[in-house]
Amino acid sequence: MSNIIASTAPKARQLTPEEIHEIEHEKKHYPYAQAVGLEALKIVQKYQGWVSDESLLAVAEYLDIPPDELEGVATFFNLIYRRPVGKNVILFCDSVACWMLGCDSLKEHITKRLGIDYGQTTEDNLFTLIPVPCLGDCDRAPTMMVGNQHYRNLTPEKIDEIIAEYRAKG
Amino acid sequence: MSTNKPLTKNIQIGRAPFNFQQYQAAGGYESVTKALSMVPRDIINLVKDSGLGGRGGAGFNTGLKWSFIPEPDGGPRYLVVNGDEMEPGTFKDRLLMEHDPHLLVEGIITASIALQATHAYIFLRGEYKVAEQCLHKAIAEAYEAGMLGKNIQGSNFSLELTLHTSAGRYICGEETALINALEGKRANPRFKPPFPQVSGLWGRPTLVNNVETICNIPGIVKYGIEWYKSLGVNGQAGTRISGVSGRVKNPGCWEMPVGTTFRTLFEEYAGGMQDGYQLRAFLPGGGSTDFLMPEHLDLPMIPSEVAKAGSRLGTSLIMVLDDKTCPVGCVHNLIKFFAHESCGWCTPCRDGLPWAEHILRKLEAGEGSMKDIDILKEMCGYMAPGNTFCALAPGAAEPLQSGLKYFMDEFVEHVNHGCKYHKH
Repeated sequence: MSNIIASTAPKARQLTPEEIHEIEHEKKHYPYAQAVGLEALKIVQKYQGWVSDESLLAVAEYLDIPPDELEGVATFFNLIYRRPVGKNVILFCDSVACWMLGCDSLKEHITKRLGIDYGQTTEDNLFTLIPVPCLGDCDRAPTMMVGNQHYRNLTPEKIDEIIAEYRAKG
Repeated sequence: MSTNKPLTKNIQIGRAPFNFQQYQAAGGYESVTKALSMVPRDIINLVKDSGLGGRGGAGFNTGLKWSFIPEPDGGPRYLVVNGDEMEPGTFKDRLLMEHDPHLLVEGIITASIALQATHAYIFLRGEYKVAEQCLHKAIAEAYEAGMLGKNIQGSNFSLELTLHTSAGRYICGEETALINALEGKRANPRFKPPFPQVSGLWGRPTLVNNVETICNIPGIVKYGIEWYKSLGVNGQAGTRISGVSGRVKNPGCWEMPVGTTFRTLFEEYAGGMQDGYQLRAFLPGGGSTDFLMPEHLDLPMIPSEVAKAGSRLGTSLIMVLDDKTCPVGCVHNLIKFFAHESCGWCTPCRDGLPWAEHILRKLEAGEGSMKDIDILKEMCGYMAPGNTFCALAPGAAEPLQSGLKYFMDEFVEHVNHGCKYHKH
């Protein structure tokens, strides 16, 4: 049995030169390599879209952090994706200020338009929908992010425009 | 030339923030020069006597917090600036970081001179992408100008400043959890004592301060206590950023004298309620504060005064609950947030919050019972200060306990008939 487990267990992949370059740059700012763990996961995610077991093991090995400890960090933070996500991640604010201004019906609108619920990805792999805690933009609620871009004072029409914009980009 | 808006004098929405030269030409970085000529303990005493209270929500006297740092022993000492703004309904640090990043950098250098810190970190919320770019640029410019790095302005003082971006977790607002996160660990809070001033980041003396708190430092050092005290009203010192969200005519945040009343903020700055809506209640300073009612609007925004009314000033960004929005649903939304953001370390929080969320969901769905309301009341006690490892669950219990206090008839109505409010 032990052989079967060994042969199917994920193994660390090779980090790319770009990933290593960026991780090394971050290391300069901290006295201990472990401090770069989260940043390294973000770097890997930037290039790979998400953090696979193979990526996590690679980062753990590279920074000499026990893999279970790094996994504890990876699963702790909202913005580290341990499952594949679509090309564009919609971070939809569902906290109180947005809720008071009607974010629930906007979320239903997105779900209807894209055919996905929270945690799901569209079949064309263009969008993943994830709820996000208060984005700190409450005076311009309802609000959401798509990738690094912030969208405010949302309406169903505005959401349709945003979706069309990203679809056009492909 | 002194100013009565030290936090926002350089801010003009719509134009790019000042670069180093522009900021310096407007009187920027003068507090660094002044601080370098002072005895560090004198700066700490100055900040203490100014009456500046922490702007992250707790309101503790900043200089007093600083004064607990031991004398230097030759090893590293850290200043960590908490820019992980994530309290529901709070959007003030974003304004400061996106529109005048050099004010924060100046504050960090001046504070570090006082604390004799060797390395400062800005712990920035991962979602704040614009703030990240602005701060990166400002820090690079400050290094280039010799305002950061070795022997700042030809003095013996050296300081490194690093921007750390997080990845979204409310608990990082708790300072020891933030320190764990910065060390690359899971962001569970630490046992106190020892306090971070004695044993913080990597076991070294560390101060953790909020962005807005640090932005107050340049003015205090440059213009002194008398000037700072002249800025406040109702016996208070300084200015702070307060704001309003919810169904008001003009939501936003503004710099105003400390001690301004909720009414001035709500009516004069935010323009009152939108037409067709009445003010039912408001959360005075973020999701983790107790509801206040319209009769509390004349209170000055002073921590002790707000405490007398049974709440906390918190971040002083108020969220208004209108008469057409369900109060039970509002509490449910808040508890759902806190349940999600619990770090899972201690039982009252890890188990209590999801349970409370479950009950509130049932009530919203019209499937609750009177027994459920009793359980919610009991749970506020389990999650009270002293029963949990950190302040997250007691904070979460605040809108729940005050919601039960002020809106009990609504809770009972939910048991009998379910939620009657229009779902947005």
